[in-house]
Amino acid sequence: MTSENDPKQERIDRYIDQNLKKVFADLEKDKMPDEIVDLLTVLRAQDEELKAKNERS
Amino acid sequence: MSDLDPKDELVTHLPALRAFALSLTRNRATADDMIQDTVLKAWSNMDKFEPGTKMRAWLFTILRNNYYSSRRKLSREVADIDNAFSDSLSVKPDHDGRLQMMDFKVAFAQLADEHREALILIGASGFSYDDAAEMCGVASGTMKSRVNRARSKLTELLQLDDDDVLELTDSATMAVVGSPNIPS
Repeated sequence: MTSENDPKQERIDRYIDQNLKKVFADLEKDKMPDEIVDLLTVLRAQDEELKAKNERS
Repeated sequence: MSDLDPKDELVTHLPALRAFALSLTRNRATADDMIQDTVLKAWSNMDKFEPGTKMRAWLFTILRNNYYSSRRKLSREVADIDNAFSDSLSVKPDHDGRLQMMDFKVAFAQLADEHREALILIGASGFSYDDAAEMCGVASGTMKSRVNRARSKLTELLQLDDDDVLELTDSATMAVVGSPNIPS
């Protein structure tokens, strides 16, 4: 299927893409789960610890 | 190129990465496991990330490779679907647009993994065919073919080829998306 020179197919493709963007944008608004936020906190703490250790040595 | 520290930049891509994970896995627990693995891998390999290249594409690639690798091992792609994708809209307009959007999401969830992935990368995330093809390890022509097949399948499932349906759908989409740019 191609949308080239096919106005109806272009409309269908545009409809599909608009819906996809809407669905994807809504998923992006989901609250980030606590376990992922916690993981980032741990990773940053480890980085800070490593940085401090390197500065001491 | 971003001026952010790469690890700070990584955090800015997490909402999109999670949306991609949910669309691939259709399961919140699996998606969140995938995100955690991806963050760990990216964080510990940040020195291999080339500044100036596209971090989002790099993260999506790590996640999808992780997903397909785990799926092959566990063969559980059907068993653990929890409709995370098709019931994810938190605020829905209370009119025909709501039904149309749910129809769309249910139909989208029925696509084969590689077709769903192709549409998300190209149609929703805005990657070029070349970038998406590189991320998926296929030729650009293969990616175009996947997108076309995915659109054909959605057209069939949603009966969009029917002129009357498309007229109704367009108005419903405008109600949902709120875009003044969709032509009638």
